[in-house]
Amino acid sequence: MAADEQYIFKPEAKRNILILLGVGVVLFVLGIFLAKSGGHHEGADHGTIEVTKSLVASTEHEAAAEAGGHHGSDPWLKRIYTSLWHNNIFFAGIGIIGLFFVAIQYAAQAGWSAPIKRIPLAMGQWIPIAGVLMLIIWFVAKGDIFHWTHHDLYDPHSADYDTILDQKSVYFFWLGTKGGFPTFYILRMVLFFGLWYWFYTLIRKQMLAEDINGGTQHWYSARKLSAVFLVIFAVSSSVAAWDWVMSIDPHWFSTMFGWYVFASWWVTGLAVITLIVVYLKDAGYLKMVNANHLHDLGKFVFAFSVFWTYIWFSQFLLIYYANIPEETVYFVERMKHSPYSWIFYLNLVLNFVLPFLLLMTRDAKRHMSMLKVICPIVIVGHWFDFYNMITPGVMQYNGGVGLLEIGLAFIFFALFLWVALNALSKMPLVAKNHPMMEESLHHHI
Amino acid sequence: MSSTGEKFLVGIFDDEDILLHGVEGIRGKGVKIHEVYTPFPVHGLDEALGYKRSRLPIAAFLFGLTGTILALVMQIWMLGFDWPMIIGGKNFVSLPPFIPVTFELTVLLSALGMVATFFIVSDMKPYKTPRSYDIRSTDDKHVMAIDLTANKMSKEEIGQILKANGASEVNEKNF
Repeated sequence: MAADEQYIFKPEAKRNILILLGVGVVLFVLGIFLAKSGGHHEGADHGTIEVTKSLVASTEHEAAAEAGGHHGSDPWLKRIYTSLWHNNIFFAGIGIIGLFFVAIQYAAQAGWSAPIKRIPLAMGQWIPIAGVLMLIIWFVAKGDIFHWTHHDLYDPHSADYDTILDQKSVYFFWLGTKGGFPTFYILRMVLFFGLWYWFYTLIRKQMLAEDINGGTQHWYSARKLSAVFLVIFAVSSSVAAWDWVMSIDPHWFSTMFGWYVFASWWVTGLAVITLIVVYLKDAGYLKMVNANHLHDLGKFVFAFSVFWTYIWFSQFLLIYYANIPEETVYFVERMKHSPYSWIFYLNLVLNFVLPFLLLMTRDAKRHMSMLKVICPIVIVGHWFDFYNMITPGVMQYNGGVGLLEIGLAFIFFALFLWVALNALSKMPLVAKNHPMMEESLHHHI
Repeated sequence: MSSTGEKFLVGIFDDEDILLHGVEGIRGKGVKIHEVYTPFPVHGLDEALGYKRSRLPIAAFLFGLTGTILALVMQIWMLGFDWPMIIGGKNFVSLPPFIPVTFELTVLLSALGMVATFFIVSDMKPYKTPRSYDIRSTDDKHVMAIDLTANKMSKEEIGQILKANGASEVNEKNF
């Protein structure tokens, strides 16, 4: 068995990541200048926007509030906050999916994945960083990103009093005062990241102890931990999606939303795992991984692209058909207006049409060159997916995808890669005593 | 059943590992193998026998495409032209509500078409008596059939090659 591999985080790889980081910083700074000098663009669409706003104003308080513009930072600063939040949610998801993938493999008693499990495990190292970033960004940007944090919404004597949000206030402010510090909300954020990281360390400990001690007891312990984690994750991922993404549009709700965010995270994480495996194999690592393992990873990306589309469509069709203004406003904002309309349709092309058609054949899933094309498409596509979940609710019609957003995405990507590859270099690349390694060696599909 | 005059040599193998190596050895000697029957799937046997990949997925795709087009044309014609109805204030031809039906018909035609193609290609039809080269292929033996008319070598030569490559028995079977 060729199970004695060690990934070395070479200076060249470090240099490339630093170049990526540098390019990101340059683009980001340029983007800030452009956003500051250009200001927010309201022009040709002004008329239609006003019509929509007045249509929406009765149900969507924030549209009216933003039109009046009586709270919030400058548009360029809001754009930075939004983009920070968007990128952090996106990459936090990729990190947590690393752990989720490992847990799924244990719970399903999967043998095929034995030689590649260290890659998602290393991705999980991003979880604590994402958690800290999330808290920092939240406290800096809460007033701009989260409409529901404004205390006058909960004051019956205020002109901004909002009955709907007042009725929902327990969900944010339980254990504290309405409109004050959202104790319950922050408690959940800390609890989720804490639990995820705790289970990450526990499962990793079992996996690394197995390298030294051998035997099957570590595998059984990891499976038990994985099963518990999966139950926790099932609940926490949904609630996290409501808290961090859906509450940006606090009047709107969709019962599919937890699933939707999870589906987007999951398929992105799978694409990232596949891409890292492919590039490691290109660099001469992972000798045990052959076309059969790639085929399984490709099937995962293919299947869950379709799964995401299914969730996307289920959410869209019900809202479209019921035609209730409180619900349709979400899609009106995203489908019908200039900064977001093209992203709305691009989202479907990148995340459904292209992966569906390009990954359909057996050969496409088994060849690294094809996976190298499709996985980046899926990753970029879901970056846009999260963009359209988050930005319209904050920026209204002043958003856009410019150098600022792209630069920040580069910065996050570089940091994420650095953390993941660094973690990967700190442990054996392939498990040394995995009880199912022999099975994976003969994997044949 | 009336005789068709086909003559086969049937090799019996007790073990799938011996069978797999046997197939390689026998094909290496230039003997054409008609078919191998095993009581359970043997991994790698298709490759060893040099079978080309099935074209069934292509058929499935084409049937699926037919279903997609059929469903869309049907719904657009019915609700847009033949009998337009206002449902929920939507346009007569509006894509989103058509998608579930389109999806279902795509899957249905793809699945049924695939099954039909498979039955036709493998010549499975009602009242057909399947050929059995050796009834033990349904129990615990791997059975290799060699069509004597398709091979230039003599019966004795092929029998020796079979024995040399791990066959526990060599029988003759005529249909």
